[in-house]
Amino acid sequence: MAHSGINVLFEGRNLIRLFGGLWTTVEIAAVALVLGLILGVVLGVLRTFPSRLLRFVLRLYLEFFRIIPTVVLLFLFYYILPKQMGVNLPANQVATLVFALWTAAEMSDIVRGALISVPKHQRESGMAIGLSRWQLYRYVLIPQAVSLELPATINLVTRVIKTTSLLMLISVMDVINVGQQVVEANNQKYPTGVFWVYGIIFVMYFVIDYPLSWWAKRMDKKRLERANG
Amino acid sequence: MAKEIVKVEHLEKFYQKRHVLHDINFSVNEGEVVALLGPSGSGKSTLIRCLNGLEPYQQGEVTFNGEKIVPTEKNWQKIRQKIGMVFQSYDLFPNLTVLDNILLGPVKVQHQSKEAATASAEKLLDQVGLREYENAYPRQLSGGQKQRIAIVRALALNPELMLFDEVTASLDPEMVRGVLNIISNLAQDSNMTMIVVTHEMNFAQQIADRVLFLEDGKILEQTKGSQFFEQPQTDRAKAFLDSMDF
Ligand SMILES: Nc1ncnc2c1ncn2[C@@H]1O[C@H](COP(=O)(O)OP(=O)(O)OP(=O)(O)O)[C@@H](O)[C@H]1O
Ligand SMILES: [Mg+2]
Repeated sequence: MAHSGINVLFEGRNLIRLFGGLWTTVEIAAVALVLGLILGVVLGVLRTFPSRLLRFVLRLYLEFFRIIPTVVLLFLFYYILPKQMGVNLPANQVATLVFALWTAAEMSDIVRGALISVPKHQRESGMAIGLSRWQLYRYVLIPQAVSLELPATINLVTRVIKTTSLLMLISVMDVINVGQQVVEANNQKYPTGVFWVYGIIFVMYFVIDYPLSWWAKRMDKKRLERANG
Repeated sequence: MAKEIVKVEHLEKFYQKRHVLHDINFSVNEGEVVALLGPSGSGKSTLIRCLNGLEPYQQGEVTFNGEKIVPTEKNWQKIRQKIGMVFQSYDLFPNLTVLDNILLGPVKVQHQSKEAATASAEKLLDQVGLREYENAYPRQLSGGQKQRIAIVRALALNPELMLFDEVTASLDPEMVRGVLNIISNLAQDSNMTMIVVTHEMNFAQQIADRVLFLEDGKILEQTKGSQFFEQPQTDRAKAFLDSMDF
């Protein structure tokens, strides 16, 4: 009798290995997000400054990370750059770096968009009471931008988490990579195991991403209601 | 002789190629109330915004309190705490309570102690009858209330000059009176120096020591308030007053 496929999960240390892989994924995503979001806010603020050169350079940075597919970025940073520059970073760190830089690029656009959509009169009222540029951002513009940008930021976070499924391509032992190994190792014994393994990975991603995307939607709806009410 | 608070000499302002202010010359003495009148698009807002550096100008000099202003952003930033400005759209900061809106300037810009600044803010709030709203957020206030708070926010910095740009133009009619009264009191009781842009001719007549009449970016006449509304010197001003049903 063929074994029921679901038992592949409980064979040996399979489940623990899958959760270990998930942890690697989450760790990379979390560190990259924290670094990327902070850097993104700084870059977003800089992109609203008058200096054309600065804006141009930061715009190039954004377009570079936006246009080039993440897979290519991962290969570039993992296989190509180290050879050219003689540095050798472990795959996990390369992945964290790539995701952080990508998050920063996208975040800079979100922050810039939110900052420039704060009404011009707010800026002028702040200037009229003598605020310096830094104070204007600190007390008036950034707090208002944050509430505008929060849904877009959460959406970015869910996108980044989803995209971590590419990590296996540079042989990070993330949850997908572990899953693949589990499937291959148990192929003989559990021919249908593949469904269960990828099924549980699906559930894992869903459990992390769905609440975030639900939260973003709810906030957007609330904001629209407030704006129309 | 009265002290000159502001003096404008040969000021020229362009928006790109468009010449919107032509050779503007005038001065305002301490305690004087100047009404800046003129048809829509004549350049009133632009002129008043040049006086606290919100708009750059291409030529001419602005002197504040006897000092010629070197128009850099840093200099303007210092001078702005001495020049209060209230706009048509009452722009309180929606992320801050009424009290925090008022305290931002005194505490962060002028580095007053929070206690002292709060005490003066509350006194000003009492004067405009809004003390009970100090912990409310702007969205909980009516337009008239917001505009009164905006005036308090400007006054909290102890300015030497106040600029008002059509501060009642977007208010419901029943709110207008209260805001105008505050400005009148400021002129009469506190002897505040101010430049007022308004479409309310009765109000202008009541408070203006002097009227500057602006058309197409030029000052066509400068006349004493008592005289302007009875006997304007130019036909253009006469036509303007007629068009305002005055
Ligand atoms: N940011 C701008 N860019 C280009 N032109 C402008 C700008 N702001 C104002 N103008 C033009 O400058 C002229 C003067 O405008 P301003 O707003 O100062 O007039 P105003 O007297 O305040 O009019 P209103 O009574 O309608 O408020 C107008 O012709 C206007 O179209
Ligand atoms: Mg105007």
